[in-house]
Amino acid sequence: MLAAAAVAVAFFALPLLGLIRDASWSTFLADLSTPDSLSALRLSLICSLSATGLSVLFGMPLAWVLARVRFPGRALVRGLVLLPLVLPPVVGGVALLTAFSRRGLLGEHLYDWFGVQLTFSTAGVVLAEAFVALPFFVITVEAGLRSMDRRYEEAATTLGARPFTVFRRVTLPMVAPSMIAGAVLSWARALGEFGATITFAGNIVGRTQTLPLAIYQELVTDPDVAVALSLVLLAVSLTVIVSMRDRWLGAS
Amino acid sequence: MLAADIGLTIGSLDLSVELEVDRGEVLALLGPNGAGKTTALRALAGLEQLDRGSIVLAGTVLDDPTTPTFVPPADRPVGVVFQDYLLFPHLSVLDNVAFGPRCRGVPKTTAEITARRWVDSVGLGSLAGSRPAELSGGQAQRAALARALAADPQLLLLDEPLAALDAGTRSTVRRDLKRHLDQFDGATVLITHDPLDALALADRVVVLEAGRVTQAGTLADVTTRPRTPYVAELLGVNLLRGHGSDHTVVVSDDGVRSDVTVAVGGPVDGDTLALIRPNAVSLHRSPPDTSARNQWRCTIDGFDLLGDRVRVRLTGPVDLVAEITPESVSRLGLIEGAEVWASVKATEIATYSA
Repeated sequence: MLAAAAVAVAFFALPLLGLIRDASWSTFLADLSTPDSLSALRLSLICSLSATGLSVLFGMPLAWVLARVRFPGRALVRGLVLLPLVLPPVVGGVALLTAFSRRGLLGEHLYDWFGVQLTFSTAGVVLAEAFVALPFFVITVEAGLRSMDRRYEEAATTLGARPFTVFRRVTLPMVAPSMIAGAVLSWARALGEFGATITFAGNIVGRTQTLPLAIYQELVTDPDVAVALSLVLLAVSLTVIVSMRDRWLGAS
Repeated sequence: MLAADIGLTIGSLDLSVELEVDRGEVLALLGPNGAGKTTALRALAGLEQLDRGSIVLAGTVLDDPTTPTFVPPADRPVGVVFQDYLLFPHLSVLDNVAFGPRCRGVPKTTAEITARRWVDSVGLGSLAGSRPAELSGGQAQRAALARALAADPQLLLLDEPLAALDAGTRSTVRRDLKRHLDQFDGATVLITHDPLDALALADRVVVLEAGRVTQAGTLADVTTRPRTPYVAELLGVNLLRGHGSDHTVVVSDDGVRSDVTVAVGGPVDGDTLALIRPNAVSLHRSPPDTSARNQWRCTIDGFDLLGDRVRVRLTGPVDLVAEITPESVSRLGLIEGAEVWASVKATEIATYSA
C-alpha cells in the first residue's frame, strides 16, 4: 500500500519538478514580456475574470433555485448544469459552435439582428470559459445553501423581513464563504480553459489567444516561453490551493 | 388578546390546543419533548399553517383555514426568541437588534437608536459591537430577547428560553427575563419543560401531552391538583387514579381495577385522583405499629438525593416515592432491593375528582 501510494505521489510531483528544472530562469522575465506573452496574459486575465463574473451573476440565482425551489425536472436541470464538468471541453466547443456560431441556433439571429458574432472574438472566449466555469460555482454555492441552517431565514421573517431582504441580509452573507470558494474555483477553471476556447473562439493572437493557447503554440516555436508561461499558471494554481486550504485540505 | 385554537397535523403529531392569553399575561406551555409545544409556537409565528382552528391576535385574524386567511410571519406583530437564539452570526449585536425595526421600514439611524436602547436595557451595552460568537450563552439569550422586543411585537414567543444555559447563569437570566416580561405589555407564550421556569415566569400554565391539553390553569391549580402522571412526576408527587366510594379509592390502571384499596380522609365518589406527597410516606423495616390505615409492602427500587432529603423510589402494590432524611436511611439500613413497609395516613391524602 505504502509503496503504491509513494508511486502515486511521485507521479504528481515529478512533472512539477520537471517544469521547474526546465525553466530558463535567466530569461524568465524576458520570456514573459514578449508581446505575444503579454497579450496572452492580459487576455487571460480579462476573459477569466469576465467569465467568473458571469458565473457569479447567473450562477447565484441558479444555485438558489436548485437549492430552494421544488419544481418538476429539477434533477434534469441540475444534470444539465453539471454536464460541462464531465463533458470533454472540445465537445463543449463544438456544441457552442452549433448554438452560437453565425449559423448556430441562436448565433444566426444574433448576427442577423444585432450584427454580433461570438466566434473568433474575445466575447467568444468569455462565453467558452463561462460554459466550463459556471458549474463549479453553481455546485459549490448550492451545497453551501443546502448546508445552511434555514432557521436563520425563519428568524429573519419573524422579524419582518420580506423574501428579498432575507436573501440579501441573511442568506447571502451566510453563504458568502461558499460563494468565494465557488468563484475562485470557477476562475481557476476559466483561466486554464483550452479545448472549448480553441474550438469555439480559435487561436488569434491578441484577440482569442489566452495563456493555455499561447503555451500550446510556443511549445513548438519557443519552449522556454511555454515553460515560463506554464510556471505562471502553476503559481496561480498553488495560490488557489493555499488560499482554499481550510476548505479543501482540512485541519488534520 | 390572543385567542388561538391551533389544530394541525405534521407526521405523527396531531396537535390540538386552545390558548387564550391576555395583555400583559405570561402563559407557560409545559410538556414533555415531542408533545407539540414547538409546533404550536411555530403556528403562532406563522412558520406553520393551520389545518384547523384559528389564531386571532388583538382582533386581527392571523390564520383561519376556513375563510381562508393566512398572514405571513413577516406581517405578524409577533416576536420569537428561539431555543438556540439564532442570532445572525455575521451581524453585530446592535445590528441583530436593529434588524427588526429596519425590516419594518424604520430609517437606519432611528432603528439604531431603538436598538441601542434595547441593547442597553438587557445589559449588553458594552457588547453592542460584538459578534454573536463572542457572547456567552446568557448574553446571547439577552441579545435574542432584545432583538425580538425591538421589533415591537404584540405577542412574544419564547421557546425554551433557558434550556441552553448552565445552572449557574440560569437563575440570573431567569430573573432578568422575569423583569422584562413584567414590563412587556403584550401577550407572552413561553414554552418550557421545566416547571421551575413556569413557576418563576408564568401566570398560567397549559400542559400539553401528545398534542393535547391535559391540564390548564393557574400554577396553584396545577401544583395542588395535578391530573396526569407527567405533571405528578414533574412536581415530584405520587398520583393515584381510581374509583372512589365513601372513604376509599380502589386504584385502577387504565380503567382496569386492581385489588389495591386506598383509605382517604374525605368522602369520595366516582373517578377520583389521590395525591400523596412524598413526605407523607413513612418507611418501616417491619409491619408498622401505627394508626396509618394505608400500609403496603414494597421493594426499594432506588434513591435520589434532593437537597437535604432522600427520595426513595418504591415498587409494590402501588408505586410510590417517599421522601425521608438521610439519617432515616441509615437508621433503617435501607439499601436497593430491600423490602420495606410504607405507610400513609388517610388524612394526608388529598383527593379530587378525575
